[in-house]
Amino acid sequence: MKRFALAALSIFAISSVALAVEPQEARQASMKKVGGAIGLLSGIAKGEAPFDAAAAQAAFATMNTVAKEYVSLFPVGSETGMDTEASPAIWANMADFTAKVAKFESDTGAAAAMTFADAAAVGAAIGPVAENCGACHQLYRVKK
Amino acid sequence: MSRFLRWIAGLALLGVALGLFITRAVPLNASEIAALPDGDIARGENVFWASGCVSCHAVPKSEGDAHLVLAGGLELKTDFGTFVAPNISSSIEHGIGSWKLGDFASAMLKGVSPEGTHYYPSFPYGSYARMTSQDISDLYAYMKTLPASDNVPALNQLSFPFNIRAAIGGWKLLYLNASPRLTLDVSDPVLARGQYLVDGPGHCGECHSPRNLVGGFKANAWLSGARNPDGGGKIPNITPGSKDIGEWSASDLVAYFETGFTPDFDSVGGSMVSVQKNLSKLPKTDLEAIAAYLKVVPARPDGA
Repeated sequence: MKRFALAALSIFAISSVALAVEPQEARQASMKKVGGAIGLLSGIAKGEAPFDAAAAQAAFATMNTVAKEYVSLFPVGSETGMDTEASPAIWANMADFTAKVAKFESDTGAAAAMTFADAAAVGAAIGPVAENCGACHQLYRVKK
Repeated sequence: MSRFLRWIAGLALLGVALGLFITRAVPLNASEIAALPDGDIARGENVFWASGCVSCHAVPKSEGDAHLVLAGGLELKTDFGTFVAPNISSSIEHGIGSWKLGDFASAMLKGVSPEGTHYYPSFPYGSYARMTSQDISDLYAYMKTLPASDNVPALNQLSFPFNIRAAIGGWKLLYLNASPRLTLDVSDPVLARGQYLVDGPGHCGECHSPRNLVGGFKANAWLSGARNPDGGGKIPNITPGSKDIGEWSASDLVAYFETGFTPDFDSVGGSMVSVQKNLSKLPKTDLEAIAAYLKVVPARPDGA
């Protein structure tokens, strides 16, 4: 019985390691979600997609969710590997990086709380949120 | 024998003197300066954003109106050492407020200071040399209107032999000219405008083209991208052969210049963030001209 428990435990341990998503990959997936959300919003703002207030709100909420957990995806030890484009400057300036992500969280939170009357209102809400992308990537992303 | 040695020594001295003479700093001459037109402040603002002055000379990390204070201080890490952007605000004492139009034009077109010394080509006069005298005068008029700062930035930290300023004369002999970077048919005025903006004021190739050991551009690799000397990674190839943006349409490029977003809504990063902010202030016709030109330059594999 003991042996069986040990075997089960080890299988569980091995499979959980195999299933675990590395932080580098989780970061990349998070940023893809943000890109997708911006794409959806931009389509609405430009009139390329039909106006959908609920979808716009949800897109801002998606970015807000990403922002909430984003800093936790940069543990020490995840500086390199898996084609990460994260700059070493993140770990050297963690307080500033955290502050920049916090601003992204509050800006997306504010936008997600809005009720949009039309496409122009969505367009106006994208601006301040999108500012965060460049502000952070200027310092903390390295093009590979 | 001693007469022979004296001859050799004399010849060597003559050689050095000749070398110093042909590599001396030569500003614009009096008639060239007299021919400079009057500047216009409103047009100059457009030239200012096209030329990207703030990206190096604004107070690092400044925003809004503070970003128009060209106090210098940004460090540019390169293979030759660290260059520190000087104060080019309108301060008479610490900036360029005392400069006459001729001084400004000699700096922009010839890389020569009012004191008659060479500037390092980290100040991209190698590109600005292609600018029209009208644009130079307009830019001068606009920059006169910007705030003064009494900041005194640190000095350059360059490694030998690049710390010998006189050697820049040799670099200029090899690399400084105002001829087109690429021989292309630019009879279409849109393409001509694009070429002017990219290779002149915009100085895109200064970062987006690979350089050799003495800082000259490698042949047949214009705009093909380069290793990023400051912070690692790469500066992308922006020719149609680029793995990153070769597939982008001209309108994708314009959208990126305006918004900072790629066609799949990835965002601008690194030093390009500041450049894109400058570009977003240009008239759309200029952005379309830049995009049109970038679609017709020769496709190159990624440079290094």
